[in-house]
Amino acid sequence: MENIIFLILRRMRQPLLTLLAVYAVAVLGLTLIPGRDADGGTWHMSIFHAFYFVSYMATTIGFGEIPYAFTDAQRLWVALSLYAAVVAWIYAFGTILALVQDKTFQEAIAENRFARRIRSMREPFHLVCGYGETGSTLVQTLTRRGQHAVVIDINEARTSIIQLQDLREFVPALHGDAAITRHLQEAGLQHPSCVGVVALTDDNLVNLKIAITSKLLNPKVKVICRADSHDVEANMASFGTDHIVDPFDTFAAHLAVAFQAPCLYLLQRWLTGREGSALCEPVYPPRDKHWIVCGYGRFGKAICARLKGEGIEVVVVEAHPESTGQPPQGLVVGRGTEADTLLEARIEEAAGLVAGTDDDANNLSIVMTARELNNGLFVVVRQNQHDNRDIIAAVDADMVMHPSAIIADKIRVLLATPMLYEFMSLALYEDEDWACELASRVSALVREEVPQVREWALDDDCAGALCEYLEQGGQFLLSDLLRNPWKRERPLKAIVLLVRRRNDRLLLPEPGLPLKSGDCLLICGNQTAFTRMQWSVSHRHTLDYIKTGEDRPQGWLWKKLTQQ
Amino acid sequence: MNPEKVVFGFFIVLALTLNFGFFVGEIENPDHHHVYELFAVIVVNLIATVLKFGDRSQMGALLLATSLVAILQLIAAAVVWTFAVHVADIGLTPVVMASIVSLSGGAMLANVISVILLIIETVMLRR
Repeated sequence: MENIIFLILRRMRQPLLTLLAVYAVAVLGLTLIPGRDADGGTWHMSIFHAFYFVSYMATTIGFGEIPYAFTDAQRLWVALSLYAAVVAWIYAFGTILALVQDKTFQEAIAENRFARRIRSMREPFHLVCGYGETGSTLVQTLTRRGQHAVVIDINEARTSIIQLQDLREFVPALHGDAAITRHLQEAGLQHPSCVGVVALTDDNLVNLKIAITSKLLNPKVKVICRADSHDVEANMASFGTDHIVDPFDTFAAHLAVAFQAPCLYLLQRWLTGREGSALCEPVYPPRDKHWIVCGYGRFGKAICARLKGEGIEVVVVEAHPESTGQPPQGLVVGRGTEADTLLEARIEEAAGLVAGTDDDANNLSIVMTARELNNGLFVVVRQNQHDNRDIIAAVDADMVMHPSAIIADKIRVLLATPMLYEFMSLALYEDEDWACELASRVSALVREEVPQVREWALDDDCAGALCEYLEQGGQFLLSDLLRNPWKRERPLKAIVLLVRRRNDRLLLPEPGLPLKSGDCLLICGNQTAFTRMQWSVSHRHTLDYIKTGEDRPQGWLWKKLTQQ
Repeated sequence: MNPEKVVFGFFIVLALTLNFGFFVGEIENPDHHHVYELFAVIVVNLIATVLKFGDRSQMGALLLATSLVAILQLIAAAVVWTFAVHVADIGLTPVVMASIVSLSGGAMLANVISVILLIIETVMLRR
């Protein structure tokens, strides 16, 4: 606010001085010029009358010549000062209007309003830096879950689009450079309700700056960063950035899981899928013959490393090997969009193809050409632009790698259900049969859409009745939780995936496990199951019914009656 | 030499000198206090106030505050004068004149502080 007042005062100095001077000279002149009163005697206007007259003359309202009609000398003076005053007023108004339309002034006002809004935030929020494809997907999912977000972006078009998007929560947006500390502070980095900072700009160095600023100014805040190069990743990790998301490495790791344990990969996609998306089919990437990787950039390199780890022969097709670096073996120079380069890479005998260049049109062309030459290929295609979603879907690839979606999905899970990551890393130690069995159990819970996943702490806030019951020495088993509180013989459509009890992690706990207050549960299931479970643990009557199967009287009168 | 500083200093000192000019003389004698002098004091003080707009320093804020005090006192004096002469029609009686002059005396005190602050600032600058 101070800024704005000072800006106005400074800009208004000149016009106000002009106005003052014109008024002073006009008033002085009027008092000095002799006039004639009604009797024809000489009369001098007093300062008070002169000021009154000039006040209405300058704004050209014009009430006439008072208290006596003017002499010609007076009229001449009034005519001169009239024009001077009007010009001075136009100058003053012009300056004010120019100031209001001034870019700096408007930005000062917008920044001010934004800072005030942030200060008044009372609920926990995440600070999202960069509102590109990834940022907007993330903010959409966060707000759909009722979580709050604040956005900074350097591009004004992107921050103003927030008002047009139909987001469920209000999202304050600042147009500014997130690499500037002041902007981060204004966006609430040091606000007590700020729980996380997500750096998603397309500039690695800006992300790095955001991460280090956040860690220095608010060490307890969770920092999640996007990074596209290993150098920057190592740098970010060195000062304790909580999570670093590299879309290429993440996808390559997914591919490796798909090779080793197709069921686990399927499970992972179902559980981390966006709410409302369709259940996907399992994929079985073949490993019997060699793979062709088109494009040896960051993505191609990550894929090649993983494929080699699986013991699969790789042939790389790259148009500019001098700038990307030479792969250790099997290089064909070319873009891969023409049949002869693909033939040179022995496309007829290949098992899989990765179209991983940074150009969507080329990737599609590679896939179409390759399919003509070998129809049974397992195809992985990289999607660079969000708008190309439909044409990429039309080629019906076995796996699609879309960096923005991968980052958004991963960060969404990190922010909403971090236990799911623990679950996934524990599940990697289990064998394939375990994963397949779990996948078939999960598919029985839902129809066409992916199951919902919730993280749930059994504490006084969320499970008051249960905590009270456990304190009184009662025992509540996991199977009790999964009973339907409307009809206890029927189980609810939900699976408890993980229980966290202090430092212990119980993967797929037995139904006979007694629950304790303070446990954290990771549950997957449908919405109805979650609502009903909420009843069982927060409503004492329902809890008693679940335990005993009796609908006990609650009221004093009924208790008396049943006792007799 | 900064011309802006010259103009600034000129108006602040002029505000004080004119104010003093109006203030001296017998307090209740209208012949010793001319209306044009009061007019000039008010105009110069207004200009000095506007010149002090938009300075963010502590010194600037204090200078602006003293000027606002002076303006308030002077306008009160002008209103008393106008009221006595034009509205109440009692003319410049000793009571009215004394209150006008004492109000301008208060404004002069504020102007003195203003000039002292200006001198302090100049001394601190040491250039």
